Amino acid sequence: MLPDLPAPELVAQLRTMLRIRRFEEALIGLAADHEIGHFHVYVGQEATGVPALALLEDGDVAYTTHRNHGHLIARGVSPAGMAAEILGKATGLNRGKGGTLHLASAAHGFPTTSSSVGGPLPIAVGSAFAFQELGLDRVSVALFGDGALEEGAWHESINIAAMRRAPVIFLCENNSLEALGQKANEYPSSTLAAVRLTDLVDPFGVPAVALDGTDTRAVHEAMAAAVARARSGGGPSFIEARTVRWPGNRPLWPQLLTGETDVAYAWDPERIPVEHEKWWARQDGLLRFLRELLGAGLLTPGDASAIDTQARAEMAGAMTFALQSPFPRPEEALEHVFA
Amino acid sequence: MSTLRFIDAIRNGLDIEMRRDPSVVVLGEDVTYGGPFGATKGLAEAHGSRIRDTPISEATVVGLAVGAAVSGLRPVVEIMYIDFITLAMDQLVNHGAKLRYMTNGLLRAPMVIRAQGGARGSMGAHHSQSLEAWFGHLPGMTVVAPSTPADAQGLLQAAIRSDDPVLYLEHRGLYWQKGEVPDEDDRVVVPIGKAIVRRPGSDLTIVSWSHMMGAALDAADGLAGDGIEAEVIDLRSLLPFDMDTLLASVGRTGRLVVAHEAVTRGGMGAEIAAQVQERAWAELAAPVARVGAPFVPPPFAPELERAFVRDADAIIAAARHVLDTPARGGTPTPSPEPVEA
Repeated sequence: MLPDLPAPELVAQLRTMLRIRRFEEALIGLAADHEIGHFHVYVGQEATGVPALALLEDGDVAYTTHRNHGHLIARGVSPAGMAAEILGKATGLNRGKGGTLHLASAAHGFPTTSSSVGGPLPIAVGSAFAFQELGLDRVSVALFGDGALEEGAWHESINIAAMRRAPVIFLCENNSLEALGQKANEYPSSTLAAVRLTDLVDPFGVPAVALDGTDTRAVHEAMAAAVARARSGGGPSFIEARTVRWPGNRPLWPQLLTGETDVAYAWDPERIPVEHEKWWARQDGLLRFLRELLGAGLLTPGDASAIDTQARAEMAGAMTFALQSPFPRPEEALEHVFA
Repeated sequence: MSTLRFIDAIRNGLDIEMRRDPSVVVLGEDVTYGGPFGATKGLAEAHGSRIRDTPISEATVVGLAVGAAVSGLRPVVEIMYIDFITLAMDQLVNHGAKLRYMTNGLLRAPMVIRAQGGARGSMGAHHSQSLEAWFGHLPGMTVVAPSTPADAQGLLQAAIRSDDPVLYLEHRGLYWQKGEVPDEDDRVVVPIGKAIVRRPGSDLTIVSWSHMMGAALDAADGLAGDGIEAEVIDLRSLLPFDMDTLLASVGRTGRLVVAHEAVTRGGMGAEIAAQVQERAWAELAAPVARVGAPFVPPPFAPELERAFVRDADAIIAAARHVLDTPARGGTPTPSPEPVEA
């Protein structure tokens, strides 16, 4: 279902989702021809991150993981600067020092990005602690996958956050639905004794909800409640957003196994290829959101195609910018340390 | 002899020791599948439940290994990247490494931690570090870092047979390099604490280990073109390290360059230089030179990563510097390798 938001905001969220989708698809295309190191894409999780992060305000912070590209685009970071960073170029967000695993843009509320599983959780609680101490009604969001719940830092973080009623939102993007893990030559899936991830939250007395990460209304409402609770001194919240793993994210390296997204799948099911019918027809949150917008009459297929064309062009431009940008000078490796 | 890739030699070492000793078990994230690079591929088929996948819980997995080790098993834990040993430091540093001492020798923890690392392939600051010096500073640990397939297998076998905790460091840049490995199980075991002279020479000594050994041998080739004969020592064991071999070599050459991938400041090179200068001052014709990474975290961009990792040219420059140093009593020129950025 659609979130209860004005039509222009919903259309803007679709635009952001398509920009993320086209960024990641263009990046996978680029990786085929260039040595860009290991990277992770957000395809299939757009319907979680976009409505959730749309509820944040300037000054709120979000800490994210190796699968960060979609989060940054959702909060307005330049795709060109991101692509350049991913290629290790001097025009990148961090002038090539961070790379895909450590994209950061403090101006957009991303102080640091960690590729250490569970690593950002205590840091997110730390920002929330500072907001409390400084008397700011700001919110800190920890974005992480189901695997982070296997780390000790998770339990320690939610304990301290709960005791202090810290304004932190634990947004767990569980993309392991239908994942088979490395035994099937796939990216790992979670290894937890708990039957429900929210079972790991209940002892701390923190409100916890598990929802369908492709249901934008559910994401919006849970996140809105969590943000309101945090801002009003009510303390932390936990949200588990469940998504089916995109087939292209099953291998150790992202691949366009499904081909590029065709937005027309949303209004012309005949075009959906048989091989990935389940994904395109029922599991892809972006197409679900688009179908709901079309169904509500908030958008025509022509509108959607026009937005998509723009998104494709923007991301093609971002990749070109990145490719044409210079590498940093070797001596820059020595900058920004002290002692 | 068989020709094996470094990574296959690791698997061989695990396989042989598991067949020899039923108490050897392998623990780690996705090790039944083979891990991210395939080091344990096929072992689950051969050894069943003795190869165990773990959650992403480094602290508890290392602590579990300590407990299993004092209770009858010989665990080999895989930490996917050495960078993530940081999560397990309490269990390893405060518990595993101190167990034998704190129990006055009553208990020992026969366990191995295998961890790969090094800056290769633009993996960024959380997946590229060389942290051996931290553990070289830790009483109770043993640290080894092989550079050839034969040593990869032989040192791993020795590590598994050790009755105390061993950190076994792999550099992923070595995984696909091939080399000869002796076939007979026992002859391949490489004693811990023994260095090996990879190339004899009389003009200066270069000591290195792990992936930097390739650059050290290349540097020796380059110097030979100018008539300079460098003796190249592969240290292999970092704690303890083989002072006898080092002192014998420096006694012949009078000049020493230590080369490693880790940052120079506070690196293993500092300890080696200090010990050699304390014990061979009379034989040294020049200060010991160190070659290592500048004092920065590993950068991501390929251009920056190349600037971070020292190469054969840097070793040659350091060698020329120690060779050009005037005889004792003269004023040493500044080293070409600044310790600080």
